[in-house]
Amino acid sequence: MFGTARKLREAGVLGLNERNAEFIMRLNPRRLYPRVDDKALTKKLALEAGMPVPDLYGIIDNQGDIRRFAEIVADHESFVVKPAQGSGGEGILVITGRSKRKRDSFRLSSGVVITEDEIAHHISNIVSGQYSLSGTLDKAMIEYCVHFDPIFAEVSYQGVPDIRVIVYRGYPTMAMVRLPTRASDGKANLHQGAVGAGVDIARGVTLTGVLKNDLVEEHPDTGALIAGLEIPQWDFILESAARGYEVTGLGYLGVDMVIDADRGPLILEMNARPGLNIQIANGTGLSKRISRIDELYDAGATPAERAAIARREFSVDRQLQML
Amino acid sequence: MTQRYVFVLAMLLTLVGSALFVYKWQVLGFPLSENQEISVWTIESSISFESGPGSIKVNLHIPTLTPGFRTLNENSVSRGYGFSLNYGSGGREAQWAIRRADGRQTIYYRITVYEDEGSEQADTTPPFPPPPAINEPFRTAVDVIVAEVREHSADTASFTTELLRRLNDPSPDPNAELLLSDVESGVDFVDVATTMLAAARIPARMVRGFELSGRQRNADLAPWLEVHDGDRWRFFDPTTGEENLPDRFFIWWRGNEQLVNVDGGSDVEVDFAIQEAHLDAIGIAKSQAAKSGATMFDFSLYSLPIQTQAVYAVLLMIPIGAFVMVVMRNIVGIDAFGTFMPVLIALAFRETKLVWGIVLFSVLIALGLSIRFLLERLRLLLVPRLSAVLIVVVLLMLLISLVSHKMGMETGLSVALFPMVIIAMTIERMSVVWEEKGAVDALRAGGGSLLVATIAYIFMDQGWLEHLVFTFPELLLIVLALVLLAGRYTGYRLLELGRFKALTNS
Repeated sequence: MFGTARKLREAGVLGLNERNAEFIMRLNPRRLYPRVDDKALTKKLALEAGMPVPDLYGIIDNQGDIRRFAEIVADHESFVVKPAQGSGGEGILVITGRSKRKRDSFRLSSGVVITEDEIAHHISNIVSGQYSLSGTLDKAMIEYCVHFDPIFAEVSYQGVPDIRVIVYRGYPTMAMVRLPTRASDGKANLHQGAVGAGVDIARGVTLTGVLKNDLVEEHPDTGALIAGLEIPQWDFILESAARGYEVTGLGYLGVDMVIDADRGPLILEMNARPGLNIQIANGTGLSKRISRIDELYDAGATPAERAAIARREFSVDRQLQML
Repeated sequence: MTQRYVFVLAMLLTLVGSALFVYKWQVLGFPLSENQEISVWTIESSISFESGPGSIKVNLHIPTLTPGFRTLNENSVSRGYGFSLNYGSGGREAQWAIRRADGRQTIYYRITVYEDEGSEQADTTPPFPPPPAINEPFRTAVDVIVAEVREHSADTASFTTELLRRLNDPSPDPNAELLLSDVESGVDFVDVATTMLAAARIPARMVRGFELSGRQRNADLAPWLEVHDGDRWRFFDPTTGEENLPDRFFIWWRGNEQLVNVDGGSDVEVDFAIQEAHLDAIGIAKSQAAKSGATMFDFSLYSLPIQTQAVYAVLLMIPIGAFVMVVMRNIVGIDAFGTFMPVLIALAFRETKLVWGIVLFSVLIALGLSIRFLLERLRLLLVPRLSAVLIVVVLLMLLISLVSHKMGMETGLSVALFPMVIIAMTIERMSVVWEEKGAVDALRAGGGSLLVATIAYIFMDQGWLEHLVFTFPELLLIVLALVLLAGRYTGYRLLELGRFKALTNS
């Protein structure tokens, strides 16, 4: 038991207790949480900082406004309904199109048809706070539905493949791609059964995947190879993630991005308590990279400079040297 | 920096907690375990006499220094008499006085004592006694024996033993025989021994007392010999010469004066009655604290009304449950619903007992969940939905109670003790997790809650622990210190070792 703990320590693996006590509590002041917990606010701040985000079609923040729903989506064939303060991808409806027969019926990403009434009920649940972190009243956001870049089409089963970058004090530290599976019901959360694949920060190329706690070479549903996919506009992704630090002020941050076929990388949300599974996906611990950043930390560095340092420091080759 | 503050604070809390604990335990004698009973003896001396025509004054020697015993309380019963306590050469004396009295009078003095091995009382170091004035031919006999005994002994103790051995010899030498010619009782014998020890310039005195055991009427005072070796008083059995004091020998008074002296009365009779009782140790600590004026007891939970005490006996176990919770979640890493839900469930288990508790809890959650899934179809808003679940839970509890009562299983009635709001919230959260993350996650967190509740219950159900925390609430400061330390524990959780195992090979 202690032997395992020592080995993990040597491998620089970060544990939950240490993450909470040393990084989240120290670097993420609670007053800044609304900036990431309220996705409407995140979107506003990100837009102001010039970061790319999916367009916002409308916000419904009280039960009376629910009837505005039809009006908001009138001009859109596809859209996403999500709680502004949701967590773990819960309460998100992805509408990919309208039913051909009836204008007030919609098709979910899974192919299931849903009526406007049902969506209205879902929005009502969101507004009454069913999905909000604290159970308080919430807002429902209706926004642009991302048309995924085909890069991950082969290694995703429906849903939303996204890129998670951990940003420590403004420096991109570790990244992974989260690939939905049939088991994860199209969601990109690793603990729900999505595949996580580490990313070589230097080149933006995927490494081997991890399903639950096991290494996987191929996507369990599509059978396609996971490793070796080259992520487009990697430079821009890293720089945007690094900019998340300026936007939120959080020193330990998870930035979630998706790649749209037309608009390129977009920031979906940011997270003040990013999980630790990214270490399993990358096959390496966070602690060593974190202490390297502490050595190199420069308060005056721009996001682009910080992204460049991350590319220089955290290549897979460099990791091998460190081991 | 924070780390250091937490350590210092935890140290302080532990220090204060343990200091109070040790003080209450060692000094005030609060018992460590429950139902710790101590034997207490009530010794009652009754003095009865015929009153004379004039004023009456009664002097009674009463216990002063009682090695091995502590006094719980003492009192005197005497109608119409003035009472005072004096210190005489033989120790304390109780004095009763009255101007006039008619007929036969009886005065009672009662003392209650309990055994305390550690009760060492400071006694005075006596001066060397002056050589006693003894007439011939006794003088020569004494001198001869003292000289002989001195030849055959090395120190005060061996001198005393040797002396007593000679005096007890069934075929005594002529000198001893001469000295013992007037001896009619044990008291006279000890008197002779004291005189001879005085002749050898050894401070000695007679002590009289009882061996306490059970219930005795007309208990006899036995004489014993006490000899000072220049350092402390030592006890000798006058009939054998061995140095010892019998177990539970309670010393009433010292010296060779009369036990009781009645001025103005005649036909005096003194009678001792001894009675043993068992008192729980808390009671003794309580009155001991009251006597010494320690305010600590005033602030202990035992000073509260009984009903309130019962409430606190339960409440004080919650921190123990919370501590178990901290360990299970932050150090082991088990998933559970709600922060304190398992602790509250464990609290309910105290009434239902473990097996029934788990059965009732599972039945309640299972039934509640299935009804919650039906409610899901109605598409209710959050607050009405939660309220509906709560009402369903209350009804289910009622149903379980009624059904189990009809079936003759009275344990089912205790389902009413489950915290219904907590159960309702658990059902709600479990159903949400079930819908969104699947049955596996929901059941795992539900099982985790039950596991933590069970472990918390096992600790909270320990009678000795409950007694300890109730008697020494300051121990909770130590629990608080431990929780603070756990709050700064940044090591791996036990279950993380398995989770990240793959990373150890890289």
